[in-house]
Amino acid sequence: MTYTARLRVWRGDAAGGALTDYEVDANEGEVVLDILHRLQATQTPDLAVRWNCKAGKCGSCSAEINGRPRLLCMTRMSVFEPGEVLTVTPMRTFPVIRDLVTDVSFNYAKAREIPSFTPPPDLGPGEYRMKQADVGRSQEFRKCIECFLCQDTCHVVRDHEENKPAFAGPRYLMRVAELEMHPLDVADRVAEVQDEHGLGLCNITKCCTDVCPEGIKITDNALIPMKERVADDRYDPLVWLGRTILRRGSRQARE
Amino acid sequence: MIETERHEYDVLVIGAGGAGLRAAIAARERGLRTAIVCKSLFGKAHTVMAEGGCAAAMGNVNENDSWQVHFRDTMRGGKFLNSWRMAELHAKEAPDRVWELETWGALFDRTPDGRISQRHFGGHTYPRLAHVGDRTGLEIIRTMQQRIVALQQADHAQTGEYESRLRVFGECTVTELLTDDDGAVAGAFGYWRESGRFIEFSAPAVVLATGGIGKSFQVTSNSWEYTGDGHALALRAGANLIDMEFVQFHPTGMVWPPSVKGILVTEGVRGDGGVLKNSAGERFMFGYIPDVFKGQYAQTEDEADRWYTDQENNRRTPDLLPRDEVARAINTEVKEGRGSPHGGVYLDIASRMKPEEIKRRLPSMYHQFKELADVDITAEPMEVGPTCHYVMGGIDVDPDTGQSRVPGLFATGECAGGMHGSNRLGGNSLSDLLVFGRRAGLGAADYVAALGRRPVARTGAVDAAAGMTLAPFEPPAHGSGENPYTLHAELQRRMNDLVGIIRTEAEMTEALEHLAELRRRVRDVVVEGHRQYNPGWHLALDLRSMLMVGEAVASSALARTESRGGHTRSDHPGLDPEWRHRALLTACVRDGQEDAVVPRIAVERTERAPMREDLLALFDLTELEKYYTPAELIAHPGAGPQGGTA
Repeated sequence: MTYTARLRVWRGDAAGGALTDYEVDANEGEVVLDILHRLQATQTPDLAVRWNCKAGKCGSCSAEINGRPRLLCMTRMSVFEPGEVLTVTPMRTFPVIRDLVTDVSFNYAKAREIPSFTPPPDLGPGEYRMKQADVGRSQEFRKCIECFLCQDTCHVVRDHEENKPAFAGPRYLMRVAELEMHPLDVADRVAEVQDEHGLGLCNITKCCTDVCPEGIKITDNALIPMKERVADDRYDPLVWLGRTILRRGSRQARE
Repeated sequence: MIETERHEYDVLVIGAGGAGLRAAIAARERGLRTAIVCKSLFGKAHTVMAEGGCAAAMGNVNENDSWQVHFRDTMRGGKFLNSWRMAELHAKEAPDRVWELETWGALFDRTPDGRISQRHFGGHTYPRLAHVGDRTGLEIIRTMQQRIVALQQADHAQTGEYESRLRVFGECTVTELLTDDDGAVAGAFGYWRESGRFIEFSAPAVVLATGGIGKSFQVTSNSWEYTGDGHALALRAGANLIDMEFVQFHPTGMVWPPSVKGILVTEGVRGDGGVLKNSAGERFMFGYIPDVFKGQYAQTEDEADRWYTDQENNRRTPDLLPRDEVARAINTEVKEGRGSPHGGVYLDIASRMKPEEIKRRLPSMYHQFKELADVDITAEPMEVGPTCHYVMGGIDVDPDTGQSRVPGLFATGECAGGMHGSNRLGGNSLSDLLVFGRRAGLGAADYVAALGRRPVARTGAVDAAAGMTLAPFEPPAHGSGENPYTLHAELQRRMNDLVGIIRTEAEMTEALEHLAELRRRVRDVVVEGHRQYNPGWHLALDLRSMLMVGEAVASSALARTESRGGHTRSDHPGLDPEWRHRALLTACVRDGQEDAVVPRIAVERTERAPMREDLLALFDLTELEKYYTPAELIAHPGAGPQGGTA
């Protein structure tokens, strides 16, 4: 079944732009990215849209459809009414480069600020032993395809440019959780996640979880447990005491 | 003169998939200043789409596994056409490369005793694929991306700058390699996709890691990036391609709805117990075991089903034959009228495993079918059919260092040739890119260290490259010009229809005529708008590579008058031992009448190096006799004084 889809696409660049109306053929089973590709091939060859795998695995084609952050390749046309006008706009939280393409370098900068996996000094390659139940927690977070939709939707930065320097965003707070829950990582990032990466700014509204195309429970499984670890670290006197003694012990052992 | 941004590095890696990242890590760990250039954002390359796993004979699930068994499986999968040295290095080094990833933070699925779990896959004797559900490629690329970040953090701690020794140039396309007056690599020229601004790299060593060519075909599991850039860049710089007739059609791509046709369905579905059925409900693969594999696969459904739990006493299911065999079988079933409603066959896991188990083992397949096709794979079978997936052919390189015949030009991963022979086994790609990515990075580092002086690019080369890049903005000499999207669609249709799974001399000849016509039309390609993030312009430039690669595939396929692996000629249906020891090399024609836009290519025959004796001795003589000429087997320890015995 072929019908005429009605699209309103944001066209422009950093200097400004506007929504432009288009009518394009749509066929059964197609996704929004198919429609944009047909628009490129038949009407607007220079329409800028980022994409790669077209299978929901690479996280390149992030944009907003009727204001909701989505992957263009995983949004089927059939979820909308045939006569409905679809408004397609670039992710709002990042600076526009052109049309639907935004400058996502914020995310790559934040990625560099998280201390990397720190392997146990006494284990060589091939000696790692971990239980499936123990790696499962971090594996959930490693499903992340870095589409940055969670970063886009997060209200801490969505309309608050001023918060960006102090806030890593859900994707990278989850990266901290992933490393902290890695069974063999030996670094401690708990103090840092609060002080340097802005975990405290998150007030668990779960917007990030709602838009995650991988269905990762970012808030429940990553952010809230990290908040609990911060709370334990800061406010539980027994933990504080135990850690102080341990820290002293390991320092002596090293010396 | 056109304004161009300039950078100087020791090693320039083109491509940021697994092979490129592994090469860059190796070069940087040797202390060289290294740049990575990639067409997409960092971390989005095609490697993310690898699903099933990474083959490495660690022996975690079946301790009988060893590098020798892996080597034998790889050679058999490639029908003995593989570079045996690459297959040897690959089988020996893959386990170390996988374990190394764990020390960088990778989290593979585990065995009950806490080691890396390994799954079954087509053509592999033992469960051998390290995996993470069905998203293994994502895990591998993310791990190496994070390793690069870790190296940048170390550089930051030391120099105050993250990018002082290792920098990623994302969304940047290289259009030309620069060479010096003696033909040695001197750098590369390209443009930033975001701005359209030009960029020039000065580098004495370039590692090509640009992946495959699938975007020349209509039905493909490959993304837009797979336009054969590395193949074309290497040809234009003077390197050879080898084995370009061998293109792998993965047997199981989605066939419906049309917009997702070609998207990959992992072989892991079959590795974990899924079976292929035709419209009559028959498990048809039992009828397609070829002579060379007779005796190695189960003959009955009962034996095949027992094999999943007891591999010592049963033979494997023919659903897990190498990919070329399965793709051809599906093709035949559909052609003979036993296909599914949308022109594929059925892949059934729903009747063989509990829904929760399917969701746990194959989460992204469940998700993909649910979201894109409204199919619940835990309740009904999938419809699948062949899709263009991988090119075995590629840049001809030295097995140990990855260097091409052009000094300073290295290649690794899918864009390099030789490793997989005429057909790649599933799971051998992720291990290939780890093993040979590292080797190419080290090869480039050694080359740079031994170099007396930095080669300087030929004068005028940069201006010529810039002029070529801007040509699509010029109105054509006559007519209204060609639309790049139209040309691309036509190229894809011709390649799909004429140079697909089953080929004939007449079809290859016709394909080459169409390609010649497209080569003429691409000169008149014209694009609208300006240089800032302009997909029409990007495609117009990528077409140059796709056309060269198309001609290389069709010309090689025309020359090889036999059927083997990813090359099936219905007019020459048999395996011919005289073709086993021959290779086809593709090179640019240098006759003074060059076509600067799409240089012409020529294919010539060469002989393959004979396999080292100790490796040859790993096979039974009776098996080798199915592939080799008697004269080649005289040195085999099992051979009698007169040569071959039966």
